[in-house]
Amino acid sequence: MTSVLRLVLLGFFLVFVLSVFCTSPARAQESPYIVAYDHYLEEPGNLEIEYFSTVGTQRAGNNFHAFWAEFEYGATAWWTTEFYLDGQTTFNDSTVFTGFRWENRVRLLEREHFINPVFYVEYENKSGADKILKEVEGHDVESDFLVSNAQARNDHIHEIELKLILSSTFKGWNFTENTLAAKNLSNSPWEFGYALGASRPLALKASTKRCTLCPQNFVAGAEMYGGLGDRRSFGLHDTSHYLAPALGWNLPSGWTLRISPGFGLNDNSHPFLMRWGVSREITGFGSMVSRLFGGRK
Amino acid sequence: MKAVAAGLAACSLLLAVSIVLAQSPNSGKAPAAAAQGYDPAIYAELQKAPEKVRRRANPLENDPDAVAAGAILFELHCAECHGDGARGGKKGPNLRAAEVQAAMPGAIFWILTNGVVRKGMPVWSKLPEPQRWQLVRYIKSLGGPAPAAESPAPKP
Repeated sequence: MTSVLRLVLLGFFLVFVLSVFCTSPARAQESPYIVAYDHYLEEPGNLEIEYFSTVGTQRAGNNFHAFWAEFEYGATAWWTTEFYLDGQTTFNDSTVFTGFRWENRVRLLEREHFINPVFYVEYENKSGADKILKEVEGHDVESDFLVSNAQARNDHIHEIELKLILSSTFKGWNFTENTLAAKNLSNSPWEFGYALGASRPLALKASTKRCTLCPQNFVAGAEMYGGLGDRRSFGLHDTSHYLAPALGWNLPSGWTLRISPGFGLNDNSHPFLMRWGVSREITGFGSMVSRLFGGRK
Repeated sequence: MKAVAAGLAACSLLLAVSIVLAQSPNSGKAPAAAAQGYDPAIYAELQKAPEKVRRRANPLENDPDAVAAGAILFELHCAECHGDGARGGKKGPNLRAAEVQAAMPGAIFWILTNGVVRKGMPVWSKLPEPQRWQLVRYIKSLGGPAPAAESPAPKP
């Protein structure tokens, strides 16, 4: 198991190094969201490598630092596929690898409309020690994280997650609504959740010079997310909810930085989540891989 | 362990498929020929813009900074596919072609907003509307075909 993971991680590291040296970065125009999704997909042939971090407070237990890497690839203009590797450190406990995810997003309509739907399907193979809180579903509550890593790791979760992403752009604002349904494949009921987001660049017009600190490079917004119970007990009781302002900074060099402090909205939620992330978009990744295997120059 | 191996195998397979798809004509590689030539079919998408949208005037038509700002936006977001100076690139066609230059600003704006998803051009409504109009100003400022020394003549 460990040797397989080491090989996979080494492979991704090599791909990352090759990408950095063999292709040019693109200036991303990313949203500030960390949990919610809008309807924009990765540009075809581009690879975006992302690292995210969440530091969470835990009442009656140890605080934690969860982290994950994302490799987001634009297969076509209507299909983006993404691979995640997750881990976490629970303070005064241990650091553990918690699993992987494979996500696909498909644009359902060819052209832009007032509401733009995207279908999302994800397979998760993770342990019970997973704490990245990339989504909140069902009756996920703060006390779930009180279990020690050693004990939680024994719990293996294979889960399918579906989302319908409905996103609109109006006068520079983006509004998005994600509805989530997740099914643990080991005989658990469907669980539900939601994420809402709104964001806007600080300036709508671009300036006449390349700049790092121009207001149009910053996108500010907020997201709200939480669980909606499961098939047997749908609703808001015994669920957790968060509100998180978010700021994204798209640098001309191709890097994007995001920061989002999240606040628990009820007693079932972690009081505070500090999230941040860094990403870099690599253009022409698909062509580079194709050339490596003797494809068209 | 078996599940992990199966998952990784599935991911690898999908990654391979997606990379192959990204090279396919439907995802935007076909215009490579058009990038060097001037295949009118490539530009037919401009004609699909609804009449009402096509007739929209560029609100930044008289903005003295729009072309310069549009040039920077083009370099950041478009040159990867359409090449430096919009002369055509690996994926995207030459935007100095007569078909583009003769198109109404609203039609170009419509293409930027909606993309040509089936042929590999993503939607660019993620750029705020004023930035898309700045791009339109820049593209329209490129005038006719590039000088012969800078842009090789199309092969017959």
